[in-house]
Amino acid sequence: MNIIVCMKQTFDTEARIVLENGAVKEDGVQFIINPYDEYAVEEAIKLKEAEGGVVTVVTVGPARVEEAIRTALAMGADEAIHVEDEAAFGDEVTVSEVLAAVIKDRPYDLIIAGNQAVDDGSGQVAVRVAELLGVPHISTVTKLEINGGEVVAERDAEGDTEIVTAPLPVLVTAQQGLNEPRYPSLIGIRKASKKPIAKVAVAELGLDALAIARRSSVVEIVLPAAKGAGRVLEGDTGARAQALVRELRQTSKVL
Amino acid sequence: MKRNVLVVADLRANQLRNVSFEALGAARIIADGGEVAALLIGHEVSGLAASLGAHGADQVYVADREEFGQYVPDHYAAAVEQAIEAFAPQAVLFAHSAIGRDVAPMVAARHKAGQASDVIHVELVGDDVIFTRPIYAGKAFVKVKIAGDLIVATIRPNNLPAHEETGALGNVTDLPVRLSGDVSTHVRDVLKKAVSGVDLSEAKIIVSGGRGVKSAEGFASLQELAAVLGGAVGASRGACDAGYCDYSMQIGQTGKVVTPDLYIACGISGAIQHLAGMSNSKVIVAINKDPEAPIFKVADYGIVGDLFEVVPALTEEARKLFA
Repeated sequence: MNIIVCMKQTFDTEARIVLENGAVKEDGVQFIINPYDEYAVEEAIKLKEAEGGVVTVVTVGPARVEEAIRTALAMGADEAIHVEDEAAFGDEVTVSEVLAAVIKDRPYDLIIAGNQAVDDGSGQVAVRVAELLGVPHISTVTKLEINGGEVVAERDAEGDTEIVTAPLPVLVTAQQGLNEPRYPSLIGIRKASKKPIAKVAVAELGLDALAIARRSSVVEIVLPAAKGAGRVLEGDTGARAQALVRELRQTSKVL
Repeated sequence: MKRNVLVVADLRANQLRNVSFEALGAARIIADGGEVAALLIGHEVSGLAASLGAHGADQVYVADREEFGQYVPDHYAAAVEQAIEAFAPQAVLFAHSAIGRDVAPMVAARHKAGQASDVIHVELVGDDVIFTRPIYAGKAFVKVKIAGDLIVATIRPNNLPAHEETGALGNVTDLPVRLSGDVSTHVRDVLKKAVSGVDLSEAKIIVSGGRGVKSAEGFASLQELAAVLGGAVGASRGACDAGYCDYSMQIGQTGKVVTPDLYIACGISGAIQHLAGMSNSKVIVAINKDPEAPIFKVADYGIVGDLFEVVPALTEEARKLFA
């Protein structure tokens, strides 16, 4: 089975956000595989171990992304394609067009991606890729099984669980709960250094840089207004409960 | 610049969610004097059309078919496409709900359109529509504008003012949707787990519990407080993982993102993933034994103490208030 994983490198979820000249500052930030994409990598490797096949990681981003690629290869992915090209660093339109162009001429039975990235949080790219490739998709999957030429997936729909089937090839997006991603082993890390990473430029994909240019542009990035220190209520339980209800009614006006 | 704006209504158990009216409010701003239409997709939902008209839709398209009783991406996308063909909008708005966030990028991709997801504010600056949306799990906000013939956006519930209710009726039209026979995803079964009662995504008051609640039974006192306040009960991932409550109640980056007027966090330490789901609540109350818990940093009011004493005392005080 040929499995493709769409992966993004993101800020560590604990990273503090600092603005510099109106942009989010990257210096000193720890980068990780987007946690939802990490579930996608793990699921792909698990399926490969069960069914045989090849896991290819596809990613778009600057040189620093190679660290995330090496981690995925060390976990057990077989090869990677890295689009390291300014023309590919646009918005969701740009990135989905690039990913779809990379994937379309390759053999694939299954595409797995995270359901959203923890930086932009827009949750668009995977679904767009499915549309551009003309394959069905199943979003926010918490359980995945391959049954002959068909996938059977459990998906999280605002708390309800839907059991959805689709024929291969299909794209699924990973939700938390799908699996517990493994840590790369020492042998895995050693092997990863020998696995191939193909570098691809937008021009090689037959894409017109203008046609895939970003549609959305950033007007401004702002940090949330600093919250004043909250008020810690003192006294015995009854008095504090009374004071809180009074404050919520009279000062905050939410009761 | 006048625009035609299409709003895809969001339903829960065949009822309109309030976010549908909030999206109509946003649509009115974006339309800038143009027309606003609403699209109703579902089975046996045509009775809801009047309410969309009353909340600002000049035109209501009703796509009512048995197949729409269950969400299937291709079917819903086909209905939206049909409405786009009929109404020729320059912008399409969805709710940032399970369905909206799934269909919107399908539609956007088909039109090679830009999309603003999880929008919490909309304004017009000259001819430009400026959308504000959270990034880095709410640790920053970005204002974006979108170029092109079609703008797509998903609206986060509870953030934008709902379009006021008027006596208007709206022009209601049936929208016949052609469904292709070769739809490839099939829903075999749905396990309903979402709790009944107040819709967590849209609740004005939420009482939420974490690991500190210690057991499923421990949630009973939270339920009681929520009932007295007319709110909903939520939970942290920790509480769900520990099996105290169902994942449908989970609030956080993975679960639901909520913005109630009042959020009461009981026995929740305040991990970043949880804060991402609730830190924009208008007023936050934290009840925790540990005075160092990070939840106190975002709280407007804090009570350091045992939630099993504090919550019942609060319930009693709230009862007196509403007596």
